[in-house]
Amino acid sequence: MTEPAWVRWLLIGVSVAFLGLFLIVPLVAVFSEALRGGVGAYFTSLIDPAALSAIRLTLLVTAIAVPANLAFGLAAAWLIARFDFVGRSVLLTLIDLPFAVSPVISGLIYVLLFGLQGWLGPWLSAHNVQIIFAVPGIVLATVFVTFPYVARELIPLMQEQGSEDEQAALSLGASGWQIFRRVTLPNVKWALLYGVILCNARAMGEFGAVSVVSGHIRGETNTMPLHVEILYNEYNFVAAFAVASLLALLALATLGAKSLVERFSGAGQRGGGAA
Amino acid sequence: MSIEVRHLSKTFGRFAALCDVSLHIPDGELVALLGPSGSGKTTLLRLIAGLEAPDATDGAAVLFHDENVAGRPVRERRVGFVFQHYALFRHMTVFENVAFGLRVKPRSERPSRAEIRERVLTLLRLVQLDGMAQRYPSQLSGGQRQRVALARALAVEPRVLLLDEPFGALDAKVRQELRQWLRRLHDELHVTSVFVTHDQEEALEVADRVVVMNEGRVVQVGTPEEVFHHPADEFVMEFLGSVNVFHGRVEAGKAILGPLTLDYARGVGAKSAPARAFVRPHELEVDDHANGRPCFAAVVQHVNAAGPRVKLTLTADAGESLQAEVSLERYREMRLSPGMVVYVSPRDLRLFVDGEQKVVG
Repeated sequence: MTEPAWVRWLLIGVSVAFLGLFLIVPLVAVFSEALRGGVGAYFTSLIDPAALSAIRLTLLVTAIAVPANLAFGLAAAWLIARFDFVGRSVLLTLIDLPFAVSPVISGLIYVLLFGLQGWLGPWLSAHNVQIIFAVPGIVLATVFVTFPYVARELIPLMQEQGSEDEQAALSLGASGWQIFRRVTLPNVKWALLYGVILCNARAMGEFGAVSVVSGHIRGETNTMPLHVEILYNEYNFVAAFAVASLLALLALATLGAKSLVERFSGAGQRGGGAA
Repeated sequence: MSIEVRHLSKTFGRFAALCDVSLHIPDGELVALLGPSGSGKTTLLRLIAGLEAPDATDGAAVLFHDENVAGRPVRERRVGFVFQHYALFRHMTVFENVAFGLRVKPRSERPSRAEIRERVLTLLRLVQLDGMAQRYPSQLSGGQRQRVALARALAVEPRVLLLDEPFGALDAKVRQELRQWLRRLHDELHVTSVFVTHDQEEALEVADRVVVMNEGRVVQVGTPEEVFHHPADEFVMEFLGSVNVFHGRVEAGKAILGPLTLDYARGVGAKSAPARAFVRPHELEVDDHANGRPCFAAVVQHVNAAGPRVKLTLTADAGESLQAEVSLERYREMRLSPGMVVYVSPRDLRLFVDGEQKVVG
């Protein structure tokens, strides 16, 4: 360190001020607004039927989207890391697509596909299947948006680890399933968990794509973020911030879980890296 | 269990890694596949293991004791495979690593827990790692890891043991120790073993038989003594240890090779042809005066006396750089030092005319 003290303090001060202004203050604001009417009002707005329904729907959507993307992410990462095939780079690009496309556009794509005026709309309505402005549409949009998280965590790790461990297991007589369960999965478990945590956070918090396909039917197709918006637009600030505080708590829990995973996986790497 | 490969070829995209290789490895031998990188030695090993499938050509076959295993998947071939970078399961203890091959057996063939324990501990004793059973791979040194990998491969009682550059990732001293240890282990177990190496010293020291490979083909098969003293061609000569090369021609009963002129009786009457002579450093006799034999003058450039033999770098008149070796006594006797003029004559040499080896005289 050769910089004079005042430079160091200035830089630290700027960073702290920036973090405080853009991250800490809003977080504090969420909780203080939520508790403005007292603890009673806070919990009353959380057990409101519409709020409970939004929470239930969010949990349901997450419970479908996360396992789906866990399975997909593992399969895609395995395919991309272990095999060289025609279309490999196309698949890699496709996995990144949800990162590149605005969530609102992703939602619109589903409306275009499954909506009444969409390509499959007439056929769907003739068969009495409703996707847009219903739970299936919300699930689809959420799956799409959270698509890359698990795969993106796994691919670099699996590429770096290579396939020698699996070949060793193969030469020792293990079957495909035994290799997956005893060798592949333990080797990537921390990255997998990390990906699932991020995927989970995004699935619960997704707004744009879900907003387009949901139809905002109170008590039916409102997820938590959508419910917050409606309450806010109705000037029901205490209730809006109370539901928002749940999402904020979720974010904090996610960060905590993430740093725990990082610590354990770091220890795991040190304790288990075969170099 | 003897191994025989017949007419194996392997191409990766446009690169021909292996071209029509046939090879017989007798039961119980320790054989080295030796060659520079890209010579196809690892590919051949992986084809024997079944980790790679050969090109579908006529007559391609891999036989373990007369049984064709070419179509069989790896897990049915019962080969022990040891990887250069060990490929130990990092989340398992040493014990669990060695037990892996036994635990994944189908229930009907799987030994009982007590038997597995017994077998693993016996193997760990064999590879001198008793007491390390509960450690993780990351807590072991490179040499220890490679011995765990070996114990793991031996646990399933493989019919053949295949080792891919087993000492490649270790430092020189451990490498030396481990290869002698492997030799002793092989003498104890007598399981047919094939190991890949690019280190000629390692191959010559450890193996019963050396298979020299180059550009996807087997160039020579023989005992270490045979390949070292009777190399089949210029490649083997150059690859097995350092060597001085003299370029020149044969014509009118003489071989004129740079500073060196020899009688070459077979060349009388034949037309002039390009020739190369190969002389190993220890085959060059260095003297401080001309002793009547065919010799040439050279200047000492550099002396390396750190070792049982003194290594000299010489420059001949025409500027060729040569490597020579003399004993420590001779070095002291002649008081060799840089700048001194010495007289060099080859005690022995191998002459190749048009790429074919010829007898001098």
